[in-house]
Amino acid sequence: MLTNRSKVVSKKEMSLSERLYLPAIASGLSITFKHIFKKVPTIRYPEQKREIASVYRGQHVLKRDENGAERCTACGLCAVACPAEAITMDAAERKKGEEGLYREEKYASVYEINMLRCIFCGLCEEACPKEAIFLTNRIVDTEYGRNSFIYGKDKLVEKIDARIDVSERQTEKTIEFKKISLAIIICLLLKLRI
Amino acid sequence: MTGYIIYQIILVVAIFTVSLVVALYATYGERKIAAILQDRVGPNRAGPFGILQPFADGIKMFTKEEIIPETANGWLFIIGPCIAMLTACMTGVIIPWGGTFELGGTVYSLQVTDINIGILYLFAVVSFGVYGIMIGGWASNNKFSLLGALRASSQMISYEIAMGMSIIALVMMTGTLSLGEIVKQQDDGYCNFVYQPLGFLIFLICAFAETNRAPFDMAECETELVGGYHTEYSSMKLGFYLFAEYINMFISSAVIVSFYFGGYNFPFQHELGLSGNLLTVIQTIVFFGKIFFFIFFFMWIRWTIPRFRYDQLMKLGWKVLLPLSMANIVITGLVMWLTGKIN
Repeated sequence: MLTNRSKVVSKKEMSLSERLYLPAIASGLSITFKHIFKKVPTIRYPEQKREIASVYRGQHVLKRDENGAERCTACGLCAVACPAEAITMDAAERKKGEEGLYREEKYASVYEINMLRCIFCGLCEEACPKEAIFLTNRIVDTEYGRNSFIYGKDKLVEKIDARIDVSERQTEKTIEFKKISLAIIICLLLKLRI
Repeated sequence: MTGYIIYQIILVVAIFTVSLVVALYATYGERKIAAILQDRVGPNRAGPFGILQPFADGIKMFTKEEIIPETANGWLFIIGPCIAMLTACMTGVIIPWGGTFELGGTVYSLQVTDINIGILYLFAVVSFGVYGIMIGGWASNNKFSLLGALRASSQMISYEIAMGMSIIALVMMTGTLSLGEIVKQQDDGYCNFVYQPLGFLIFLICAFAETNRAPFDMAECETELVGGYHTEYSSMKLGFYLFAEYINMFISSAVIVSFYFGGYNFPFQHELGLSGNLLTVIQTIVFFGKIFFFIFFFMWIRWTIPRFRYDQLMKLGWKVLLPLSMANIVITGLVMWLTGKIN
């Protein structure tokens, strides 16, 4: 009685028209018939796409810097942060003459994200100290086999001539926030050691 | 004589093909209508609007692995779907698909054979159809299949009685057992529905039960019996069972139209002043229009009304429809006696 929505069950005998079933069936048929003229709300996916937010967390991208060198240094913080353990990587040392390819002395020779494991939470992006990994508003394609869902560097690193804009996700505010939180974490770690 | 035989063979093959094609597209229609009634899109990938979907389904059915369970009775397991398919296709021959047409001085009828016991033949074949389900359910050696087959057979037997009784009133009125004759009598004026509304209602309900369609699809209710009598079936043997249901639906629609809605006749057909052959073509089109409406009605009902419980089904069959059909016979007799048709 608290919600005032309780219904009293009545066990009265059904009237003749109710026992005949036919009026009820006719009204049911009219209801389903009306649905013939209703608009179908389906979005026919591959041809039609739903509008998604510009800060949507979809397929990842590994960014390059202004000169076209990869930003990732294979520090492994994204893999540590990943709650689904979707990220693996191998580190390698930069050789002489590769300065244009990799920004710092260490880089990721293998970088793999398993898109079936990934939950698109964006923690890798938050963990990254080099602004290298970002989630984009692209949707991960469907594949026929499980192995093809493991995206390597060939799919993740952005092409030099086709840069991917992440300014929507990497605003001044987020950079500021990242700096402050990094500072706090370092302070905490230092304090703990003492 | 040879010309007549060749014509008959052509007609039989044509009817066979037409019923297969209609059944093929009834599966597509069912999915599409179900989708529309539920505000969905339905099959739309194979060809424009998905019209190639039935062929995709057929290829899928044929190429699936065929499994015959070890404990199943091998021969009966194969005979089951054969009988279901055979009986479904057999009834088409006695239905008058249109009037007569004249070609080179000879008059041809669009009815393969107008046997004078057409209705009895119809009932014999329809009741034979339950053997397909029974044998299939028994041969599978599976509890669910057996229960499904049991339900199907008891349901069919129960509803056949009421169906036969409702037809008796019609036979009393028309005075013939031949389908061609019954349709011809509705040539002018009113169709039999006007004189036999109750009989029509009973026949319609029983037709739903006979074709194992919702709300009487007890034999294959997925929620209770996994798949009913075809739980163990796979590949095209399953396809035949499912396909037979759609052919049955097509044939029962044709029978309902012939019995109660004037068959190929349409109002004011003789006032139009059309020549014989053109009239026959239009009549056949009209007949198929009526049939398609009833196929739509079958599907419309399926996606509207929930399934009956088994005891409700039996109660409806024995305690409601059977007495009603008997009363219908008495009323028909009384009215005929009062109007002086019999003495």
